[in-house]
Amino acid sequence: MKKVLVIVSLLVATVVNAQSKFEDAMTKGLAQMKDAKLASDLTDVSSFFERVGDAEKTQWLPYYYAALSLYRSAWVDKSLDKDKVADKCNDFITKARTIENNADLYCLVQQVAILQLMVDPMSRWQTYGALAKDALANAKNADSTNPRIYYLQGMTTFNTPEAYGGGKALAKPYFQKSVDLFKTYVPKPFYPNWGQEDVVKMLEQCK
Amino acid sequence: MIFLSHQTSNTNMKELYKWIPIMLITCASSSLFAQTRVSGVVKDNHGRIIRGVTISIKGSYDGGSSDSTGKFFFKCYDKGTQTIIAKSIGYKTIQQPILLSGTPISINFFLHEEINELTAVTVTAGSFEAGDKKRAATVLNSLDVVTVGGANGDITNALKTLPGAQQVGEQEGLFVRGGTGYETKQFIDGTLVANPYGASVPDIASRGRFSPFLFKGTVFSTGGYSAQYGQALSSAVILETIDLPESSQASASVSTVFMGAGLQELAKNKKSSWGVNYGYTNLALYFALVPQTPNYFHLPEFHGTDANFRIKTKGGMIKYYTTFGASNIGIRRPNIDSFSLNNAYGIINYNWYNNLSWREYLGKGWHMSFGSSFSINTDKINLQIQNKLNQRVYTNISYIDSINAAITSHQALSQIKAVFEKKLSGISAIRFGGEYWYGTVKNIVNDTNHSQTDNFAALFSEADIYLTNDLAAKIGVRSEYSSQVNQFNVAPRLSLAYKTGAHSQMSAVYGQFYQKPENNYFYYGNNYLGYVKATHYLLNYMRTTTLQTFRLEAFYKKYDNLIETPPTYRYNNNGSGYAQGIELFWRDKKSIQGLDYWVSYSYLDTKRQFDKYPSLLAPTFAAKHTASLVVKKFFTKLNTGFNFTYTYASGRPYYNFQPIGNKYIIGDEGTTKDYNTFGCSVNYLTKVKKAFVVFVGSVTNVFNSNNVYGYNYNHNGTYKAEINPPAPRFFFLGAFLSWGVDRRQDAINNNL
Repeated sequence: MKKVLVIVSLLVATVVNAQSKFEDAMTKGLAQMKDAKLASDLTDVSSFFERVGDAEKTQWLPYYYAALSLYRSAWVDKSLDKDKVADKCNDFITKARTIENNADLYCLVQQVAILQLMVDPMSRWQTYGALAKDALANAKNADSTNPRIYYLQGMTTFNTPEAYGGGKALAKPYFQKSVDLFKTYVPKPFYPNWGQEDVVKMLEQCK
Repeated sequence: MIFLSHQTSNTNMKELYKWIPIMLITCASSSLFAQTRVSGVVKDNHGRIIRGVTISIKGSYDGGSSDSTGKFFFKCYDKGTQTIIAKSIGYKTIQQPILLSGTPISINFFLHEEINELTAVTVTAGSFEAGDKKRAATVLNSLDVVTVGGANGDITNALKTLPGAQQVGEQEGLFVRGGTGYETKQFIDGTLVANPYGASVPDIASRGRFSPFLFKGTVFSTGGYSAQYGQALSSAVILETIDLPESSQASASVSTVFMGAGLQELAKNKKSSWGVNYGYTNLALYFALVPQTPNYFHLPEFHGTDANFRIKTKGGMIKYYTTFGASNIGIRRPNIDSFSLNNAYGIINYNWYNNLSWREYLGKGWHMSFGSSFSINTDKINLQIQNKLNQRVYTNISYIDSINAAITSHQALSQIKAVFEKKLSGISAIRFGGEYWYGTVKNIVNDTNHSQTDNFAALFSEADIYLTNDLAAKIGVRSEYSSQVNQFNVAPRLSLAYKTGAHSQMSAVYGQFYQKPENNYFYYGNNYLGYVKATHYLLNYMRTTTLQTFRLEAFYKKYDNLIETPPTYRYNNNGSGYAQGIELFWRDKKSIQGLDYWVSYSYLDTKRQFDKYPSLLAPTFAAKHTASLVVKKFFTKLNTGFNFTYTYASGRPYYNFQPIGNKYIIGDEGTTKDYNTFGCSVNYLTKVKKAFVVFVGSVTNVFNSNNVYGYNYNHNGTYKAEINPPAPRFFFLGAFLSWGVDRRQDAINNNL
């Protein structure tokens, strides 16, 4: 009996261990992502999340963070080929979306589209601008209470010249809505939880 | 494992031995063994370092990625034979077994590039492709067209700043690499446009009928183009219309020469759209302010209206576009043989153009594109010799009186075209299809009817073969039959492209091209004429990055069977000619933030014996050297863009031919002075109430250069007069307004 009990407890231990292995990896990866300073730190984090994603196969979060950290690397190091980074990000996003499709992934699609738009705004706004717009519309359909949607919409509006239908005044209500939604926003463990500090800063800039 | 150790710590040593085998099994899966250090370098099949390659052990989190020197290093905790994976987007993934035993392992990877549309070599020699497909510095999109200083938003004028095109201003059309304007054809969504330009009066070029905003992609091919296109000896302008608009909008425009309004409605489900536009152009006010050399008895007036609908289908798009235009111009100029007389030229034009296209993905790698178009064009031309009181007179001098003419010309052209494409392995593809045209021309010149009918059919097939990512071939053949010419032709086309570096490539092109002679050659019983023919050879080097393009191209073009028009009216196909040259293009949007500029230079050596030319002569429409500099700068803070274009062309030859017996001789010849023009435009973007407004101001030929396009001679060739633009400069001031019908403020409120 004692032997059986020990075997059972060992089996439980293995399962718990596997579970915590993923959790450990996520905790470790997110900590590294937070501490990343250089673009190469971010690409390392991205590679780490990619490996976690490939090993797990049923988790969308590692791919989401693989894409997000890689996306951020293109802003840290402006010399990186934005189109190449975007292709890789979109590859991760596609993998994540075959597992789960949600507002945060659509938001990331928008961010990547804006990254590509910035390469040559004058000739790309028609293509990538439309992609970005559609992505946010899809994000709203998926979950209209996700505060990052309005943060991103506000950012696009904020960065668009007034003559093209942007500007501070028009961006402000989006930031306000995002701030309000963040107040009640409680993400699940390891789920995306960024943007609150940024949007508060942006709202201040609009005053 | 903490849980496990708590369990075991309470048991005595003897008990523990019993559990060791079980512990071992559990531990193996929990990876507590000694680590193995794995390191190496990742390169591609050319030995170039690749960074950012993910190296991993299958099923494990262990791994690393290659750094900027291609090196990677990681520790892994698994043991035994595992699978190591090296992967990076754009390369074929490598998987291979690896034995992890605790001893450090050094392993290098050589990744092979995947054949990929974005990185593969492209067969684009001879053409300037615009559009976003390749992401490379696009050459001309609609916004580029409207911001070329001095081009006045005309597609043809903008294309003239690219190498290969001549600065011909006395007639419309693109004169490419020693070819006439007739040798360049425009194609919209696959089908040929019979009358791409508005009606014109002699020695003044008219504008194109189509707005640059109608198109999302423009390919200006100056030679060696695909077997899908025919009946253009020198050049093809391939235009692809836009799909659904981004949003509904209303627009209006007011300027010194025209007014217009339009509406574009996008369905709520974003699956379809429709639109209508109307514009009215009248130069009365402008000509009152800016004096013109010719005397207009009917000031240029133009009504243009268009409509469209677009429907998204399951795997494609159906698009319809129609435009109707009516214009009236009457111009009076001194008669060159008698200063007491004027030549009065009046032209009334009606043009109706329709284009219906459908492209669809048929599944299993098959694509279909279907195009059809129907157009009719009527010109009513009235030529009169008038005295200074503007009364019609007869002089009894035959060469003066023969100018008097009443011409009514009706043209109709119907076309259908279908192209099927099958994607093969990788990005190789085969394409084939056919087209059929039915065209009629009814020209009534002083009650004499010159009618022409043509049943034209063509079949073509083409293969894009990617041997590797770096080497591609496009092999095509086109065969045509025209009932008007009553001949078959077979035209092979071949292109090879080789990638010489990450951003550079070389290509070589060979192609044969046939075209029906112009309709008016068939009059007077010359219905035996055959096709005119050109053979193109091109060699091209191109280096493109996202924001920069460098292109160098050398070409040789041989003309055969050109039409000769001896004074006896027995026309023949015995003409010939050649054109050769070198062209250079450089566009840079990168070096200076916000500044976009391009430079083009063309060297052209061409001679031809055709028309009245008694021997091989440099044609009147070909300058040896042509260069353009286009500069654009947008100041975001000011919401203002400034655009400048400078164009230079060396002098062009001119001739006077005099008939002697059954051939012409050169009575007089010379070369015009060099051509210089500097154009500029300013666009200011702002918001007036709810409308987005773009104010545009532009001036052509700012420095007032006296440009001479050529000379007109009197009857016996003893006197010549310069052909100049009707006014040295053209000023334009306008406002373009647009309103988003969905009203942005409401949209925000609804979204919040």
